[in-house]
Amino acid sequence: MNRVSGIPRTPAEQVEWYVGHFKSFEKRLNGEASSDVHTLRRRALDRFSGLGFPGTRDEEWRYTNVSPFVSIPYEPVSEPGGRRVDGGGSPATKFLEGIAVRGLPGYRLVFLDGHFAPDLSRLPENGAHVRTLSGVISASEGVNGDLMGYLGRGAEKDRENPFTALNTAFLREGACIHLPENFHSDEPVYLLFHSTHRPEPHCSHPRNLIVAGPGSSVPIIEEYSGPGNQPYFTNSVTEIFAGRGSRVELDRFQHEGENAFHVSSLYITQEADSAVTVNSVSYGSAMARHNITAVLAGEEAECTLNGLTLTTGTQHIDNHTVIDHATPNCASHELYKAILEGSSRGVFNGKIFVRRDAQKTDAKQTNKALLLSDDATIDTKPQLEIFADDVRCTHGATVGQLDEEQIFYLRSRGLGPEDARDLLTNAFASDVLNRIHLEPLREHLQAILHVLLCKGRILAENE
Amino acid sequence: MLHVKNLHASVAGNEILRGVDLDVGRGEIHAIMGPNGSGKSTLAQVLAGREAYEVTAGEVTYNGKELLPMAPEERSREGIFLAFQYPVEIPGVSNTYFLKAALNSIRKHRGEEEYDAADFLALLKERMKLVDLDPALLNRPVNEGFSGGEKKRNEIFQMAVLQPTLAILDETDSGLDIDALRIVADGVNRLRDPERSVIVVTHYQRLLNYIVPDVVHVLVEGRIVRSGGRELALELEEKGYDWLREGAVVGK
Ligand SMILES: Nc1ncnc2c1ncn2[C@@H]1O[C@H](COP(=O)(O)OP(=O)(O)O)[C@@H](O)[C@H]1O
Ligand SMILES: [Mg+2]
Repeated sequence: MNRVSGIPRTPAEQVEWYVGHFKSFEKRLNGEASSDVHTLRRRALDRFSGLGFPGTRDEEWRYTNVSPFVSIPYEPVSEPGGRRVDGGGSPATKFLEGIAVRGLPGYRLVFLDGHFAPDLSRLPENGAHVRTLSGVISASEGVNGDLMGYLGRGAEKDRENPFTALNTAFLREGACIHLPENFHSDEPVYLLFHSTHRPEPHCSHPRNLIVAGPGSSVPIIEEYSGPGNQPYFTNSVTEIFAGRGSRVELDRFQHEGENAFHVSSLYITQEADSAVTVNSVSYGSAMARHNITAVLAGEEAECTLNGLTLTTGTQHIDNHTVIDHATPNCASHELYKAILEGSSRGVFNGKIFVRRDAQKTDAKQTNKALLLSDDATIDTKPQLEIFADDVRCTHGATVGQLDEEQIFYLRSRGLGPEDARDLLTNAFASDVLNRIHLEPLREHLQAILHVLLCKGRILAENE
Repeated sequence: MLHVKNLHASVAGNEILRGVDLDVGRGEIHAIMGPNGSGKSTLAQVLAGREAYEVTAGEVTYNGKELLPMAPEERSREGIFLAFQYPVEIPGVSNTYFLKAALNSIRKHRGEEEYDAADFLALLKERMKLVDLDPALLNRPVNEGFSGGEKKRNEIFQMAVLQPTLAILDETDSGLDIDALRIVADGVNRLRDPERSVIVVTHYQRLLNYIVPDVVHVLVEGRIVRSGGRELALELEEKGYDWLREGAVVGK
């Protein structure tokens, strides 16, 4: 083992720390080390080494200071952690009940500490369209060869995000969803990335590849969760390629443990007439950064990004979105809402590019923040760069407290002040939650957020 | 049932109510009239417990209890209802959900059983007829995107559901055409009850042709300057308010 020991304090030590991980990772790869995929990894590692982790002097990271987190000595996980199960019954079933959304039909892939857990998963019998990425990589001939061609095609365009480069360097496990032409399903593919309780801080780099063939459609869920009271680091990358006329709804929710550091980067490439909707709900972790980049590469493509974050205490959640209107007649709709309590911080940065040829672009961006305490803050930055002349682009941002007139109106009808505030806060959140089409998931999130909002208030009042 | 004595109230340092005296008996209908800006809404909001208005002097008893120390929700639970001059829009909260939460919190306070969904819906359907409210509005967010008339009807509909003992209607007639005015007034009349008192705040006497008051008061510059029978309203219609202003020569 060729690893830096102790705590990676300086930028150089931080890079060295992961280079050390890479060397041991590489040793366990056997023959795969000479494959194309591995060339991709090596290049990404080089890029990561050159970039290092960002500081707040980087414009893209101005409000999000990751340095306290990247100096934690996260260890890679070669074996998934233990499963804690209370009570009787089949241990696998019990464990799953404790961590997964109930009542969801369809396929399910569960990853523990970045490793696939077959006994907790439910895959199609023929294994055709929903597989593990490691499975696809290790059998990368024929059809798989075509599929492998997509790997990195979206993420590699991002030359600046060191977390994406780091993920690509360790690219191996995650989900690979490949929908054949005109494949259609209302049942979701549910991807659950769960970190377990371990003695030492640990990290994982989940990688997902979603290729929706022409005219196909499917809902997908990505969930990230883990234990409290323990530092760990999740650094995920998902690439979506939406073929001509395809429809993809991706519902993502992040509720990592309270000491976790979470970075997710989603790269979407849309062909003509495709429609991609991403609903992101984020309320966990100590610090989270969510990057979404969507390229509208074919005419009449439509991209919808909705987001809801809920933070309390000293939590920090940052949403960075980029929508690139590269062709004419495309539409994008963005609605991001944040509810902040305690001294938590929120960041929203929404970039919209409209390229010179992208006439008749229709882009709308809305960002609303609700501050429930005096110490909570949000930094909002819309960035519209428009190079075409015949376009409709609007953006609006509001930051505010609960409306006193609304509270009084509710109280004058008999509702107590807490109930009035809960009702209004839930209403603010439901605007985004109601856009989730999968009913069991929507109800699950509504119930959780309802409890969180009420709990947060009681804590704040007792302070 | 309601006794207001020497009530003074200010907002942002300006004294708006300057010694209001008002006694409303059980089952009575009182009208409060007055020019714009005379403090009618302020009085209504103070009675409903709006904290933005500071009560600087005076006392109010309601059903033998001191009203001013009570929180707005306590007043509501004790049977006070304010129909707002400008009903507030509450995006994201459906009318039905809102009314159920309201009614159940009032019933709970009274030690009555909370309604279940089916019984509650039946109740809504029945009470809606009273003001001819479009059933589609039930599932819409409270007042959001409602027309002016729909908002006012929705207020009276809420009154019909919550069954207050003292209803204060603040310019419920303003912005209504004659047909809507009739419907709303009919609704109020059907809610008349020997146990229910109503204060009708209005700028015009038009409404009082439909909701016939027992007593009419005139509020000018934060004081009730005259009280009388319903003929006072007609007199105001004819002469306007100027003759009642402070310093004006009062004569008949
Ligand atoms: N929230 C407020 N802030 C400042 N001034 C107010 C406020 N509410 C009412 N006022 C003032 O108080 C006076 C009385 O207003 P209001 O009670 O609404 O009168 P009315 O209902 O009789 O038309 C007006 O001069 C108005 O400008
Ligand atoms: Mg008024």
